[in-house]
Amino acid sequence: MAILEVKNIEKVFGKTEVLKDISFSLEKGEVLAIIGSSGSGKTTLLRCLNFLETATSGSIIVNGKTVFDKSIKLTDKIMRQNRLHFGMVFQNFNLFPQYTAFENVTLAPKLALKNGIETNKKSVEEIEKFGEELLETVGLSDKRDFYPCQLSGGQQQRVAIARALAMQPDILCFDEPTSALDPELTGEVLKVIKGLKGNDRTMIVVTHEMNFARSVADKVIFMADGVVEEMGPPEQVFGNPQSEKTKAFLANSLENI
Amino acid sequence: MNAFLEQFPDVFEALNEGFIQTLTIFIVTLLGALPLGLIISFGSMSKFKPLFAVTKTFVWIIRGTPLMLQLLIIYYGPGIILQENIWGQDEVGMLIATCVAFIINYACYFSEIFRGGIQGVPQGQQEAGQVLGLSKSQIFFKIKLLQMIKRIVPPMSNEIITLVKDTSLARVIGFIEVIYVGEQFLTGYKGISGIVWPLFFTGIYYLAFCEKKLSYFRS
Ligand SMILES: Nc1ncnc2c1ncn2[C@@H]1O[C@H](COP(=O)(O)OP(=O)(O)OP(=O)(O)O)[C@@H](O)[C@H]1O
Ligand SMILES: [Mg+2]
Repeated sequence: MAILEVKNIEKVFGKTEVLKDISFSLEKGEVLAIIGSSGSGKTTLLRCLNFLETATSGSIIVNGKTVFDKSIKLTDKIMRQNRLHFGMVFQNFNLFPQYTAFENVTLAPKLALKNGIETNKKSVEEIEKFGEELLETVGLSDKRDFYPCQLSGGQQQRVAIARALAMQPDILCFDEPTSALDPELTGEVLKVIKGLKGNDRTMIVVTHEMNFARSVADKVIFMADGVVEEMGPPEQVFGNPQSEKTKAFLANSLENI
Repeated sequence: MNAFLEQFPDVFEALNEGFIQTLTIFIVTLLGALPLGLIISFGSMSKFKPLFAVTKTFVWIIRGTPLMLQLLIIYYGPGIILQENIWGQDEVGMLIATCVAFIINYACYFSEIFRGGIQGVPQGQQEAGQVLGLSKSQIFFKIKLLQMIKRIVPPMSNEIITLVKDTSLARVIGFIEVIYVGEQFLTGYKGISGIVWPLFFTGIYYLAFCEKKLSYFRS
């Protein structure tokens, strides 16, 4: 059974239709790369998955359970619980500046524990131990007590990845995780993301790094003007694109390298 | 030299009285203007258009006109319109009128500082809290509040220091505050030596007061 099914998502801002009938599904452990030109709706799609925007219509099903459907009204608490199926890593990190790296990672699980939100960490000790492990996963154990302003962009983004993982989302979303970084720092972040693959971790990565998308993704979606223009395994989308728009986009992005 | 020392108690006492008045205006204004400023800032961030327009216009007018003028209007205005001085002729009436004018004026300045601090926290902070499953109140208290305070304190402390100095404006309606007292000695009766103490003390009072405030708000 698919871990994620997105069905007929539409999003309208005022009069502009930004997402038009988006449907796709993901198996557990799969990595989906979403590519497409600026303004094609990639960020908006991730934001709908994370409930930062409310889709105008359509439904989202995680593990067979409907977590979003326009016709179902959810209480605040259930909504908070449902959004935890998804994690989000932002383009510009959005770390909490007043907390250290370690506190950034452990804050949300601790508050969830206090609030009786269901996670599988049952005590503060467990949360802290997991927090240490996550910082190690992203290679920042030595920066545990550093504040975001004391970290480089690449390190901040790695803390942000650990913070998202701390809530153990079923699906982790990345919105252009390296596009706010200096070129020499993108490598360390991409390496961490690559390292997360496997272990049944399901991820959706919006990216402009074509080589990265090609080497990490199990599935690629090319978006254009709010529709899924082409979808398939990377060999097919990159190697043998069917749509004219995909061909033009790929030719263009190769030129720019 | 003797004249100096003889005058010391006189000058000290009179200036002290003036200083107490200054201090009263200062404290009452702060107590009134801080909460009122916060309320006005909510108005100026309101999504309800009429409330937004009214507060914006009000703040714009108050910030665009001199405090001295506002003080005169508030003290003499009602008398001219109603043919009756609602503040009364005595010291207390003047003090109340002064505080009302100061509170309104400073609340408007404070409201802009509050608004800047509240809106200055990037939207991304709220969103990062949301996707981590935090509740609205957790996002406010655990994430945004400290960031707002950090943005509010520096401009606020500047404004508060300005308030200390502005208290001397109360004299335009004849209210006795510290500078006023100092000046009376200056133009006063005991010759040139009369100048020294008042200058010294008025300066010291302001300096000591402002500097102390400064260091507190900096830390
Ligand atoms: N809050 C909003 N209100 C109105 N229009 C919006 C809003 N957010 C996004 N849009 C519009 O939706 C379209 C898609 O935006 P989106 O940010 O999803 O594109 P994107 O594919 O992520 O682009 P980029 O590669 O530049 O990040 C754009 O035309 C944008 O102007
Ligand atoms: Mg985007």
